[in-house]
Order: sequence, then structure tokens, then C-alpha cells
Amino acid sequence: MAMVINEEQQMLKESAQGFLAEFAPVSELRKLRDEGSEAGYNANIWRQMTDMGWAAILVPEAYGGLEFGHVGMGQIVEQTGRTLTASPLFATAIVGVSLINLAGSEEQKAELLGAIAGGELTTALAVDEKIHHAPTQISMSAVKQADNYVLNGEKRFVVDGSNANKLIVAARTSGAAGDTAGISLFLVDPSSAGVEIERTSMVDTRNAAIIRFDDVSVSTADLMGAEGEGFAALSGALDIGNAYLAAELLGIAQETFDCTLKYLKERKQFGVLIGSFQSLQHRAAHWWSEVELCKSVVLKALQSLDEGDAKSPAMVSVAKAKLCEVAELATNEAIQMHGGIGMTDEYEIGFFIKRARPAAMLFGDYSYHGDRFAQLSGY
Amino acid sequence: MSDLQAFRQETREWLEDNCPPTMRFPISSSDDQCWGGRNATFKSEEQKQWMDRMASKGWTAPMWPTEYGGGGLDKGQAKVLKEEMSHIRARSPLDSFGIWMIGPALLEFGSEELKQQHLPKIVRGEIRWCQGYSEPGAGSDLAGLQSKGEDMGDHFIANGQKVWTSYGDKADWMFCLLRTDSEAKKQMGISLVLFDMATPGVTPKPIKLISGSSPFCETFLDNVRVEKDQVVGDVNKGWTIAKYLLTHEREMIGGFGLTDAGSDTLSQTAVKALGVEHGRMNNSLLRADVLKWEIDAAAFAVTAERVTDEVKSGQGVGATSAMLKYYGTELNKRRYELVMKINGSDAMIWDGANSHGGAAPRMWLRTKGNSIEGGTSEVQLNIIAKNILGLG
Repeated sequence: MAMVINEEQQMLKESAQGFLAEFAPVSELRKLRDEGSEAGYNANIWRQMTDMGWAAILVPEAYGGLEFGHVGMGQIVEQTGRTLTASPLFATAIVGVSLINLAGSEEQKAELLGAIAGGELTTALAVDEKIHHAPTQISMSAVKQADNYVLNGEKRFVVDGSNANKLIVAARTSGAAGDTAGISLFLVDPSSAGVEIERTSMVDTRNAAIIRFDDVSVSTADLMGAEGEGFAALSGALDIGNAYLAAELLGIAQETFDCTLKYLKERKQFGVLIGSFQSLQHRAAHWWSEVELCKSVVLKALQSLDEGDAKSPAMVSVAKAKLCEVAELATNEAIQMHGGIGMTDEYEIGFFIKRARPAAMLFGDYSYHGDRFAQLSGY
Repeated sequence: MSDLQAFRQETREWLEDNCPPTMRFPISSSDDQCWGGRNATFKSEEQKQWMDRMASKGWTAPMWPTEYGGGGLDKGQAKVLKEEMSHIRARSPLDSFGIWMIGPALLEFGSEELKQQHLPKIVRGEIRWCQGYSEPGAGSDLAGLQSKGEDMGDHFIANGQKVWTSYGDKADWMFCLLRTDSEAKKQMGISLVLFDMATPGVTPKPIKLISGSSPFCETFLDNVRVEKDQVVGDVNKGWTIAKYLLTHEREMIGGFGLTDAGSDTLSQTAVKALGVEHGRMNNSLLRADVLKWEIDAAAFAVTAERVTDEVKSGQGVGATSAMLKYYGTELNKRRYELVMKINGSDAMIWDGANSHGGAAPRMWLRTKGNSIEGGTSEVQLNIIAKNILGLG
């Protein structure tokens, strides 16, 4: 596949750009923070997004979706990185849809995917248990008793975990931490007895819950896929999630760059524009070069997912790792080149660095994906 | 079967029949490269055979028009040829500044006579070219060059000194920048001329590098006669062509950041030297450096792919050669710095029985020049800042 986006994808990108700039710019995130929004996103804006069909983009046509593909959806997510738009798009329309699609039964898909596409259902994936992402290390237990499973354990960094309508929980039905076999996926109603949700407001002002499960009973009908065989689907959905986190980080790296470049052409010191200083020119040129590489890896990762390429896990890890690195560079350079004003809360740069770190940490940061890429490459 | 599939089939069969077995594994040192030329020395009969056979198809310059001896292939076919060659790990049949640099410039700017005179000989590997650009006083500031071409009516008389002439002592012809109008603004008085290195007054002298080899010369021009019909494009308008050629050179050198098909990847080199236990390379710090390098190299490779695809579809910005040159050469330097660490004390052997003539330290030292030749990394960053980012 040629590494360019087609006309339809370009149109989607432009319409997302226009919509987000008008209705969900960074000032909207500031407002959510200052108002102490419980959900961490604006429900009206989410409604507009679902009305435009954004929640249906990854849903197969057979379940009432648009089946528009990852490269298309990636264009939207990249734009949400430029505007720092918080919404259930990631946890529900990307991770939730992908996991249900990969692991769910016909009945589960028919029930859940249509509801998501219609904007009537939100989901949250509960996978991590420790402070670092390590999906093979899941130790939360699910024990079968008659027609139910009983879940015990704790999950952290559950994005949208405090407000989603449905939790998807990865727990162990057999084996020990470290085994990929024995991991099972469950649909859990967050209002079930024994579920305790602690909403944590993160550095990016979004919510990510810590959820404790104390003898939570789940019907066998809510098991997704075969018992003990959930890892492949989980891993596939995490790859998809990571490709979009990379796309969002690309938006952040580009927006901070554009904003800084503009500043270099406005700000005067010593009687001249600071952009005339070679020390800053070279750093800006290096940063720009890194962003060019980032555009390529994100597009390649999304394309490889659309094609179902066997190399997509490695490509996704390359993309996520590279974007973790460059988004860090971008947000740090943005503050430094802006000088004092970059340190003020009034200015928007601060919102970008505060989103870049949790987006990098979610589902594995550089160290996780670098290690994974090396292992997938045989070392 | 599509035309392209049919072409692939034919190509595969032709290569199978015509690529000698000894030309089907990677070169172990720069000695194994085939450069052709009037005084060509071939390492083996097969090497010459391989060059001649490929040249007979025009596949030493696959995309040049057939009327000048080229292969006449379109982009899709050229890609297939490249893939099929790397599939059998076939070596490059002919390395040539004629093919990479002056040929494309002649196709773009040269007169019909110049094309017919020079291009077929380049394709056949009969004439080896060198580049006369830099001077002792004109490196990064290339437009400040001082070698003069004095107008004598039907010819110029050239005087001056060139430096960093790649293989100047082995080349047959030079493409050379001369100042032909010393009154004009510095970029405006430059012409690109061609002359035979055997012309009286041309004296190349090899320069020994830190790597121990002498791939470059300083070339003295002492009353050298240059015919007027050997000016490429118009007199005093050579700077435009020079910049075009520099772009080509940047792309070529930027390609150093890519790993050749058939060669060991950095991690393969590392695994051989360090070993793997429980799925992870021994030496966790080197492993981290290697994976970081390979992630960047993978990102660079897909960027080269994207830039090519964007140009093809008309979406490209076209100004990315400076970025590719900057990033690719810095990547190549990092690569060889890591190869040295990976191979430990073996990599320190300058001369020893199993060291391939001290290949490791020599390659490593040679890469230090990558970010200098063809415009330094700093010059590339200046180009990006000024031409792309608009920083004055």
C-alpha cells in the first residue's frame, strides 16, 4: 500500500480538524479541568461525535458500523492530539470496539457494537494491575463456580473506568503471572456487587480509575471468547490502542512544533527575532526531522493493522516507542523555547506536556515497546 | 497475469541465468565494489561478466531511456528489478558517479550531443566519473569557489585546485564547477564543465584519511583546456545544476542510513557477538542501544518510503532531501559506533589474519565523514531551518 492517505481519508481529516478546532479546542479541556468535570469529557461533544459516526468507524458493517478502517480513524485521533480533546473515542470506539470485535461472540457483537456505534454505550478496559503495563503478568483471579465466575483483584489506570457503562476485565482463569495462556476476558457491569471504583484525576485532567473487585460474580454468558484464551484478542486490541496513542502523540508533537515555530517568528530579544539564532534553528530543524519520521511510523502502523500484516505488532511497537520519545522531546523543547511564558498555566503548552506523558505511559511506554520490539525481532 | 507480474517472472529467470553465483552474496569490503572505467581492475571474471550482462540490458541504469543505453523501465518495473535482485542477494553490478550524479544531471540539463556522447559509456561502465566541487577555501560555502575558467573563445583555460575528489586518481572524466565570471555575484558566475582527466595539466593526488584508505584526492588544475561544447546547460548558470546534483548526492548519502538487503542487520551482528539468553540479548545496555537504533532505522526506512510515495502521488514537499541526508548520516554514524562496541576488542584490530583487513575500524572511521561530505549536518539543519521552516 502506498504510504499516502486517500481522498476520503483526507476529507475526514479536514472535517475532524474543523469540528475539533471549533467545538473542542484546548480551552474546552481547560474548562473541564476548572469546573472539576466528573466525567472528564463533555457529553454534548461526545454526542456530536457519535452523531457524525465517529464511534461507528471501526465497527464492521455487519453490526451497523462504517468499517472505514484504521488509517481513516487515525486521521481523527491525530487531530484530537492537536486539540487535546477528551472523549470516550479512545476507550470505547477504538479499544472497546476492537476487543469486542476480536473476542466477542455473535450475540455480544450484535448487542454491544451496534450500541457503541449509536453512541448509547461506553466501555473501559481494565488490564493493568501494577504501575507498569505488563499484560502477560495479569494475576487477578476469575474462578468458575457453577454458572458464574467470581472475580477478585485490583486494576489500575483504567481509562474512563469511573464512568463507562461496561467494563471489560482481563483476569486469570488458570496459569500464573507471566503465562499468556489462562487469561480470560469478561464483560462486567460496573454497578455489580463488590466492584469498588476509585476515580483518579490524572495529570492530564482525564479520569482513570483504580477498580477493586471483591468476590464479583459474573455470568458465564459474559465471558468473551473461550476461557483461558483471551490473550491473543487482548494483545490485538492493545496493538490497535497503541497505534492510536501514537497517532494522538503525533498530533501533540506537531501542534507543539507549529506553536513553537510561530513563537520563534514573533518573539524578539536583543532586538531580533529569536528564530534568527542558529542554536534555536538547529534544534527546531532536528525536531521537525523527528516529526517527519513520526508521521511515517504512525501511518505505517495504521496501514499494517488495516492489512492484517503479520508484522503489525512490531510496527506498532516501533510507532509507539518512537512517538513516546519524540512527544517527550517536543513538549520539553516547546516549554524551553517559549521560555518563561511556557511555564505559565495561562499558556496552553502546559496542557500538552501533561497529556503527552500519560498517553505515552498508557499500554506501555518506550521501555515496554522497545523491549517488545527487540523480542519480536529475536533479541 | 498482469504486465508487471510477467516482467517479474522474466526478470527472475534472466537473473537466475545471468547472475554468477559469486555475485550473490554481500561484498565484504569496498574492494569488492565494481566501478568500471578505462583502467578498471576486476576482482574476478564473474565481476566483469555481471557488469557486462547487466549493462547489455541497460539495467546498470534501469530507468534511463533506451536511446542512451538505459533500461527504459518505469518506476514499477525498476522496483521489481530491485526486489528480484535483493531476493537473490545480487550485488550492485556497477557503482558509478556517472549513474548516480552526472548522468541524471545530463538527462535533465544536458544538450542532445552531450547525452549521446556520455550516457551510453556510463551505462556500460566504460568511463568512470569524478566530481570537482569542493576547494580548499570552499567547503560548506561551496558557492565561494575560486577555480577559474578563462574564456578563450571556443574553449576555457581552467586553473585552480579542487579537493575531496572521490576516486580522482582512478576516474576518467571529471564534472567540475568553475568560476567563469568573476564580476558576477558568487552564485551567478559558475559553470558546470566536463573534461577528460587525461587532459594535460590535470593532476590528482590521493589524500590519506583516518581510515587508512584514500578514496579522495586533491586535484590540481594547471592551464587545463576545456572545450565549450562540454559545458552542461548555459555558461554561468551552473549553480542551479550544482544544487540539483547536491540534492542527488544528499539523497545518495542519506541512503547510508538504510541497511542493504543481504547484509546483517545491527541486531544480527549483535546477537552473533553477544548471544541471546531467555529471548533477550546478553548485555542489557548494548541491547537497549541496539533496539533504540533499530527503531530509529525502521522509522527512517519507512520515511524514505513515504517520501518516495508522496513524490509519486504529487503530495510531496520535495524539500526533504536535507532531512534524509541529516538523519541518514547521523544514523549511520551511530550504527558503526555500536558495531565497534558490540565487537569489542576484535573491532580494535587494524590489521590481522581474520579481520578482513581491519574492516571494522576502517568502516567506523570512514562513517565520520558521512555527516561532512555532501554538506555537513549543520548545513542540512540550516537548509531545513531556512527553506522549510522559514526561519531567517
